Amino acid sequence: MISRILLTIPMIFILLTMVFVIIRILPGDPVLLHFEKVENPEAIEAVRRNLGLDKPLWVQYFDYLSGLFIGDLGKSMQDYSSVGEQIFSAFPATLELAIFSMIIAVSIGIFLGVEASKSYNKPKDHAIRVFGIVTYAIPVFFLGIIFQMIFGVALHWLPVGGRIPNPTLAPRGLVLGDFRFSSGLYTVDSLLEGNVYKFVESCRHLFLPSLTLGLVLAGVFIRLTRSNMFETLRQDFVTAARARGLKETAVIYGYALRNAFLPVLTMIGLQFATLLGGAVLTETTFSWPGLGRYIVDRINFRDYTAIQGAIVVFGLFVSVVSLVVDLLYAYFDPRIRL
Amino acid sequence: MEKTVKKNMLSSVIPGISSLAKRGLGGWLVIIGAIIVAIIIVMTLFSPWITPYDPARIEVGPLMNPPCSSYLFGTDDVGHDMLSRVLAGGRIMIQVAVLSVVVCFIIGVPLGLFSSYAGGVIDRFVGIIMDSIYAFPGLILAIAIAAMLGRGVLNMAFSIAVVYIPSYFRVVRSQVLSIREMPYVEAAIAAGAKSRTVLLRHILPNVVPSIVVVATVNFADAILTAAGLTFVGLGVNINVPDWGWDLTNGRRLIVSGAWWVATFPGIMIILLALGFTFMGEGLSEILNPKLEQ
Repeated sequence: MISRILLTIPMIFILLTMVFVIIRILPGDPVLLHFEKVENPEAIEAVRRNLGLDKPLWVQYFDYLSGLFIGDLGKSMQDYSSVGEQIFSAFPATLELAIFSMIIAVSIGIFLGVEASKSYNKPKDHAIRVFGIVTYAIPVFFLGIIFQMIFGVALHWLPVGGRIPNPTLAPRGLVLGDFRFSSGLYTVDSLLEGNVYKFVESCRHLFLPSLTLGLVLAGVFIRLTRSNMFETLRQDFVTAARARGLKETAVIYGYALRNAFLPVLTMIGLQFATLLGGAVLTETTFSWPGLGRYIVDRINFRDYTAIQGAIVVFGLFVSVVSLVVDLLYAYFDPRIRL
Repeated sequence: MEKTVKKNMLSSVIPGISSLAKRGLGGWLVIIGAIIVAIIIVMTLFSPWITPYDPARIEVGPLMNPPCSSYLFGTDDVGHDMLSRVLAGGRIMIQVAVLSVVVCFIIGVPLGLFSSYAGGVIDRFVGIIMDSIYAFPGLILAIAIAAMLGRGVLNMAFSIAVVYIPSYFRVVRSQVLSIREMPYVEAAIAAGAKSRTVLLRHILPNVVPSIVVVATVNFADAILTAAGLTFVGLGVNINVPDWGWDLTNGRRLIVSGAWWVATFPGIMIILLALGFTFMGEGLSEILNPKLEQ
């Protein structure tokens, strides 16, 4: 347990070093990209000094690491603003998307997994398994595009991008100003404010991106629930519960499914990294102003400090989630000691 | 002597294919997957002869023409014939996938063999590096590396390979650790076989089935990752027909109602990834029947 926490430190360290080294050994100068022509060597030198790129490599590395310890992720190579601040403001959007997608993935996964295990090796089971495989093979952004085409462009039911509508589009009398509460999770903030219109709008914007990402991840949970339930449904306590005359739904959801809970919890932790990867593409598809879109935007400017910083934050994010999952696991399963 | 062994192996593999169907859903998945992949590869290979228009030529017809009899899949915003681009567009993706799997194979398998057999500090060190990469969101790492390497088939393949090498490493390592304890390996060591002989002749052949499963799944992942890289603007040049690029380009055109530009290349990517996923899923079910339980 302790070793898992300790592992996250080398993980971030290794990834950071890798990215740091790759940036610097590759041909191509990020500074030169900001100049149309190499006419003004002094200006170039000034930019270089400003970004600390004139120092020797190991000094740059040490500077960056020592900055990290006080939470400083460096200056953006694009506009010299603080990368930490930019990432901090983009993070809640990604967090909100990740939480809702995970909820959708787990709900779909458990429901279909249970249905499949009930009719094990029958056509319905095969159909559900194939569904799980197919969702895995769809590029997440293509699924997003399909949903945009159907629910956005053709039916006009749901918005195709952004987190909240343009304030000028709000119906008269319904306020859509800045958020008074600032967790950055719009659904939570709007509820705290008591602004129902804002809450509904946030949910409407959140729905398609979360559904897209959730569906792609659901396959893993379908498979896990299916194989777990298949075994559990044949155990004595399930037979006993049935013998007491409980309804099948009560037997499955009240008794048998509890056994599948811990594996699902573990899987949530394991799949979180995959989810964040998918989030980058989903955010780009739905113009969702989160960390993923931040990275993609910065790629075009070759803003290496920004990419480096985002890697660190994604690494931390994954580590914290796996830590929380471990703690929850220990809480729900008293046999596990921390 | 060796020849007869080879012949026996071959004849045991070919009837194996026909008996796949008797293996339940797993066998069917392998067959269907293999057929899908084979059709797409053949289609891509023969595309220079079967495309109605040059897939790279612009303005072969009216711009953004919906599917009709002369342009079955329609045209895009610069007048590319979409049918031609769908037929030819698999090339880049297949190249990237094959290359990345080869790189993974060349680095991941020997690393796993060596590390687990050496044990001790080396094993722990390599293990920590591999676990770090494994635990990190793969696509994000691939994007970061590809962003720094720049565009191109090789660069894409390399950035994808970095992400998936740990999968090979982990599978090989865990297999070696369990096989190493088997009596026949002990016997080989007792008979005086060198470490290299034990590793390559006695252990490696038993690791191969698991590597094949990983590689098949890896193909599907590589295709999806390649599509993702193209989507965020790290693909190849515009002039080369590529499903990933067309899908990305088509996304812009949806608002104006041109659904066909994105849809057909998207379906092709799904089919190709699906083919490999079916194969991987089926193979792992056949090779590890206990796991599937």
